[in-house]
Amino acid sequence: MADLIKLVEHEFAKVRETMPSFKAGDTVNVHVKIKEGNKERIQQFQGVVMQRRGTNGNGETFTVRKISNGVGVERIFPITAPTIDKIEVVKFGKVRRAKLNYLKGRQGKSARIKERL
Amino acid sequence: MPGIIGRKVGMTSIFGAEGENIACTVIEAGPCIVTQVKNVETDGYRAVQLAFGEKKEKNTSKPLLGHFKKANTTPKRDVVEFRDFRKEYDGMVELGKEIRVQDVFVEGDFLDAVGTSKGKGFQGVVKRHNFAGVGGQTHGQHNRLRAPGSMGNASFASRVPKGKRLAGRMGTDRVKVTNLKVVKIMPEQNLIVVSGSVPGHINATVILQK
Repeated sequence: MADLIKLVEHEFAKVRETMPSFKAGDTVNVHVKIKEGNKERIQQFQGVVMQRRGTNGNGETFTVRKISNGVGVERIFPITAPTIDKIEVVKFGKVRRAKLNYLKGRQGKSARIKERL
Repeated sequence: MPGIIGRKVGMTSIFGAEGENIACTVIEAGPCIVTQVKNVETDGYRAVQLAFGEKKEKNTSKPLLGHFKKANTTPKRDVVEFRDFRKEYDGMVELGKEIRVQDVFVEGDFLDAVGTSKGKGFQGVVKRHNFAGVGGQTHGQHNRLRAPGSMGNASFASRVPKGKRLAGRMGTDRVKVTNLKVVKIMPEQNLIVVSGSVPGHINATVILQK
């Protein structure tokens, strides 16, 4: 039964094969396709992955947080979204939990994450 | 064909051409068997009866067994009548004929889904009838927040009016959701994907109408 849903999601699942593996605490650079009129351009969104949530289906999302002009910005992407051109992992982070909600409201020194090599 | 019977498989999301995220319901629709064709001469109205889903022979009553035998088919779980179908479907309906999902819908169509909503149990008036509850928490009142309020007048009538909305069993009602868009059809697997939600639990019977 769940297999039938997998069949429907099949065409979007291919994206996972080329996607790097990343988890909470890692710094990623997400290349997002943006349509302006009939032109398409790529915008980059680089930040720390706060969480990955959802099952392995099309409903799975990840949250990226960055500080933009002193203001914290969080963006949630569906992992199989066709608007994502590619995802680059910039840095692997060493964290002790799966959801980094403690980063909210923190900046600078207290928002640092140790690097995993 | 005016419609088809199916089984709710579950929900997922699909991305559209613009990359938009569409919440969808996956339904296993058909194949259905025409078990009866009613016409004006013998029945007084035009209708087609479809049957869907397997059922054991020992769990089927003898009259129903005979009915399925006439259509040359095995016993089916769900039997639904679609009334007043259009003239152009005349060639398609024939006793014992198999109806598949691609005969009924094409991608981009709009359909109505009929199902039995999930049971909610015994619920109060705030959830069941969208009452606002009684006032706030000040002015000296307590434990009245989700109460139904006044029942009506006092000395005249002296009884609760008929049809007064009160607490009680909620859910398991027949619900029709209209104008759902067909996002995708997968004929080999008998699957149809419609945008939006469809009443009922997973594995529930769903009637899809044009």
